[in-house]
Amino acid sequence: MNLESIRMAVRGMLANRMRSALTMLGVLIGVGAVIILVAVGSGSAAAAAKSLEALGSNTLTVSAGGFGAGARGGTQSRGITITDNDVTALSDKTQLPDVSAVIPIVNGSTSSAASFNGASTTPGSFIGTIAAYSPVRNAPVTAGRFLTDDDIANHNEVMVVGTTFAKNLLGATANPNALLNEQVQLGSQSLTVIGILKSKGSNGFQDQDDIVILPESVVRDFYTGNTGTVSQVIVQAETAAATTNVQAEITSLLQSRHTGSTATSFRVLNQASLLSTQADSNRTFTVLLGSVAAISLLVGGIGVMNIMLVTVTERTREIGIRKAIGARTSNIVSQFLTEAVLLSLLGGLLGVACGFIGSHFTIVGVKPVIETYSVVLAIGVSLAVGLFFGIYPASRAAKLRPIDALRHE
Amino acid sequence: MSAPLSSVADPTTANPTTANPAAANPAAAEAPRRRPAVIELRRISKIYGVGDIEVHALKDISLDIERGDFVAIMGASGSGKSTLMNVIGCLDVATKGRYRLAGTDVGNLTDDEQATIRNRRIGFIFQSFNLIPRTTALVNVELPLVYAGVKRGERRDRAIAALERVGLGARIDHMPNQLSGGQQQRVAIARAIVTNPAIILADEPTGALDSTSTAEVLSIFEELNMERRTVVVITHEDEVAVHAKRVVRFRDGEIVSDVRQATIRGLPPNVSSPAHAVRSIA
Repeated sequence: MNLESIRMAVRGMLANRMRSALTMLGVLIGVGAVIILVAVGSGSAAAAAKSLEALGSNTLTVSAGGFGAGARGGTQSRGITITDNDVTALSDKTQLPDVSAVIPIVNGSTSSAASFNGASTTPGSFIGTIAAYSPVRNAPVTAGRFLTDDDIANHNEVMVVGTTFAKNLLGATANPNALLNEQVQLGSQSLTVIGILKSKGSNGFQDQDDIVILPESVVRDFYTGNTGTVSQVIVQAETAAATTNVQAEITSLLQSRHTGSTATSFRVLNQASLLSTQADSNRTFTVLLGSVAAISLLVGGIGVMNIMLVTVTERTREIGIRKAIGARTSNIVSQFLTEAVLLSLLGGLLGVACGFIGSHFTIVGVKPVIETYSVVLAIGVSLAVGLFFGIYPASRAAKLRPIDALRHE
Repeated sequence: MSAPLSSVADPTTANPTTANPAAANPAAAEAPRRRPAVIELRRISKIYGVGDIEVHALKDISLDIERGDFVAIMGASGSGKSTLMNVIGCLDVATKGRYRLAGTDVGNLTDDEQATIRNRRIGFIFQSFNLIPRTTALVNVELPLVYAGVKRGERRDRAIAALERVGLGARIDHMPNQLSGGQQQRVAIARAIVTNPAIILADEPTGALDSTSTAEVLSIFEELNMERRTVVVITHEDEVAVHAKRVVRFRDGEIVSDVRQATIRGLPPNVSSPAHAVRSIA
């Protein structure tokens, strides 16, 4: 494949512009699809991994009840209720030496509407907790401050809010920080906004910014009543490696404290194992998308072969002329093969360009992340497609006897 | 305004593109012994099909054509004259018999060697011009030189010289469909002579042309012949045949007459003086 055959192939392509463009389109779509679909797959994987990492990979979530939140009872084993005493026991360093923090969470009523200056909204999540929630759940504030131990101890009527919640009250284009130090009516109670949480985005299930966080004591005072129970406990292990150990310890501790309870009476979720499960399912998703795209690339390749076969048939006379004036078999092979390779390579490069452009848009809520391997793979495959599907038509073209080719009409 | 080609004295040995000593040497070796015919056909037969549907397109033909001759091969459609042209031009191989072209036995050559022979020794001119579509006149004329491995700059110069020679110097960038039939045939002639071949092989070259273009093409053939190039024209038109030095008639795959109208070394019969052919064809 020398410069001369490239020049000749380019001339051939230019002489048949429409056909060349259509051939390239097939490869373009295949390559573009591979890049975009793989990017969507890895984009959603990255988003999910990020949201799980935001929870902290060395944290465990202990929730009451069997399957699903709350005690459902029924035929399955009755769920237990986690009490303040359980929280105290979990915090006991002598029993659970690897635990570094225990954060109780009391869910407020999700039907509590908030209102401010005439606007009203219902927070997606409404929780009461303690000051340590912020570092453990990786929930810093961008303005104001988080809850302090004093807020909990003094039952201060304050709250920290997420940006979506703030925007729902202020308007979508408003700066959420404007809600700072304002009095917001939440249910029956008026509370002072003392902090705005840093935005976390969606975790794929819900908007993590549509949240209000109150002192645990205040939630009990005004919304749930002082039942002495908590909805969830977040337990942070000293290290990520210790989480599995801590998970077992918590399970046995809670079982011993609640007589008659079984392993299904409560749930201890390990974020690390969730993360790996999530990663696995995302990989499956990416592979699935990738194979759909690979099939389209294959179809594009067969398109190239089809067009090359048609080209050879249509240009049989031309091949005859070329042979009559002295073209060798190898000249013809390299011309047609070069045409096929150039068509698919150009189509591939255009497909990469389309893939890059397409990946700038958010697709079904996912910000695509371009994977280098998919670009390399797509270009490699498009080249291989050109070579593989170009060889047969090219050799068919070259084997014709000059007189047979010339007589062809 | 005809610009002479770079070398016209002896196209067989002066061909600057000759890179195949095996093909060139036998001619040189035989030269002192006897003046060799550039085309030597010995008992050539061509049979199409097998069994009951066998068609004998050529029946035991023997024909010598000497260098510098201008031969018209005539015959009705189906007389075998086109088959003969294909055999002479190495586009097809004979079923039986021996064919030597400029001293080389063509029957023993591989496909690629035959391609080289077509490229270096033969210039083809077809009834339907057979230019590559959607490709400029210049690129069409350059093409044989591409396959001969001639460098770009030289190729372009030689192609332009050949196009000027046939009076198309101003139309080198025209596509075939932007040219008249006569002009297309002249592009085809430029393509045939650009490699400086020993033999010009024309199959019904004027079959698709009007009388003016026919006259132009024939006068180019006469000029080429006066440069001692061998010209073989396949035709069924008597107006074409009168320009040839020798007329061979075919019927049913056999030669029925072989008439010499002028000497090999002399002028073509329709040319009264050497000046006659030197005229503007642009």
